[in-house]
Amino acid sequence: MTTTLPSNRAKAARKDLLVHIKGSLLTVLTYLLLFLFLFPLVWMVLAGFKTEAQAFATPPIFFFTPTFENFARALETYGPFLKNSVLIVGGSTLLAFLLGVPAGFTMALYPGKRTKSTLLWMLSTKMMPPVGVIVPLFLIFRDARLLDTHLGLILMFTTINLPLVVWMVHSYISEIPFGIIEAAKVDGASLWQEFFQVVLPLALPGIASTALLCVIFAWNEVFFAVNLTSSDASPLSVYISSFKTSEGLFWAQMSAAATLTIAPVMLFGWFAQRQLIRGLTFGAVK
Amino acid sequence: MPAVLLLVPALVYLIVATQVPFLMTVYYSFFKWNLTIPDDRPFVGFGNYLTLFTDSQNLHVMLNTVVLMLSVVVLSVVIGALIALLLNRPFFGRPVVRTLFISSFLVMPVVTAVVWKNMLMNPVFGFFAWVSQQLGLPAVDFLSQYPMQSIVAMVTWEWTPFAALILLTGLQSLPEDQLEAARLDGCTPLQEFWYIVLPHWMRSLEVVILLETIFLMQVYGEIYTSTSGGPGISTTTIPYFIYQKAFAEYNIGLASAAGVLAVLFTNMVSSVVLRIIGRNISGGKA
Repeated sequence: MTTTLPSNRAKAARKDLLVHIKGSLLTVLTYLLLFLFLFPLVWMVLAGFKTEAQAFATPPIFFFTPTFENFARALETYGPFLKNSVLIVGGSTLLAFLLGVPAGFTMALYPGKRTKSTLLWMLSTKMMPPVGVIVPLFLIFRDARLLDTHLGLILMFTTINLPLVVWMVHSYISEIPFGIIEAAKVDGASLWQEFFQVVLPLALPGIASTALLCVIFAWNEVFFAVNLTSSDASPLSVYISSFKTSEGLFWAQMSAAATLTIAPVMLFGWFAQRQLIRGLTFGAVK
Repeated sequence: MPAVLLLVPALVYLIVATQVPFLMTVYYSFFKWNLTIPDDRPFVGFGNYLTLFTDSQNLHVMLNTVVLMLSVVVLSVVIGALIALLLNRPFFGRPVVRTLFISSFLVMPVVTAVVWKNMLMNPVFGFFAWVSQQLGLPAVDFLSQYPMQSIVAMVTWEWTPFAALILLTGLQSLPEDQLEAARLDGCTPLQEFWYIVLPHWMRSLEVVILLETIFLMQVYGEIYTSTSGGPGISTTTIPYFIYQKAFAEYNIGLASAAGVLAVLFTNMVSSVVLRIIGRNISGGKA
């Protein structure tokens, strides 16, 4: 600390106050922006607890006695779609893991000359627009009777998530100190033991967050869901889009169903926020 | 068992699920083929591509795609940068605010569209109509009067958190001593931003812009649910156009040609992204 003359001290105090005020104003601005960004969601969740009449009343109603009727009613119609979503998302995540974890493991621990280009090629498939493959896939699915089946969408969503699984698993395993794996090899561990007893436990947190990402992406996917299913195997995204022409008739019910639809993904996303960025940018930003 | 065999299933799956259908799309794009007349399939060479580039309607669709992409990239990066700067300073509740900010990105596109369309943008009962009436302005029917702007608003709302979080990650990796040194040299905050923060930020900005371009090329759910490409073709973008051509008009040839164009464009952008990512992993073990 430098010694300050009394007159300077007053000046410094005033400067501190200004900095403080500026800081508070910026904080207020941050909260204001957050409020603006959250408003559509807050409004939707609130409407889920209103009666239909309250939901589209003008002027809008901010304070009301909440009802749980909409959630109860939404659950009835929403049930079968929820089942489809869970089956398809779960199935595709599982399949992507069965195929992707061994591949990521091999490329991380036994890199060859072409490993890097293979990895980058796999990533490039993740960036391919779905519209580039939808026409032949639709025709193949039609001929193979895969349209509107769970298996059909499971296969599609596996394609979407497989590059991500390979990539993330590869990067998490690459971060394990090589000495640990070396030691296991010296002790005579088989490939199998090396994987299940050494690598998997260490990479588990990373693998778990990769699973969360797969669930988020598959749960929110719309293009394949809309174009490859019609009724029997439709997931929640198709169900919610059936509300697209609600002129105020079913807003409360729609809001309740939408809230139930996005709630799990929202929780997963908040939880896996850092991994989400890593997964979305493929580690291009550290 | 050689470890490299573990790579084979994932590799084969991705080739079969992405490269084969894409090659089929390329093949179909050279034929005039309507599914309603399955036996008549004349080879037309580049005829479908010619139609895409000469029909003014189709050109308009491509223009729409570019307008949507550019507007959302610019808006989400500018607003995202502002949010990132605000979040990059200590204040009360920062971790919670940071987590909550990502919410709109996690919402299923279909949910975004039904909520914005019905509950916010509805000209009679919507929340925005009420707000503009409070301000003494006439209620606006957003989706029919300003269709593209409305879609841009929705999609920007979804993608701004993505930009904000990546830009925040970039800011946080800026070494504190560089800023310290600049301050000691008497830099004004503006100079500090221009000469230190911005150059360091370029990498993150580059990644955000490229990745958003790729992802926004694929926007479909919001348009399908809110405007169905209308009024007229004012909000029809390439993904929605392909959906209409293939699944409403059964015009497989033209839809395929548009799909090939979308893939070619995305490939150009993603080759730059992959080069950035490739630079990152070359330092690692792979």
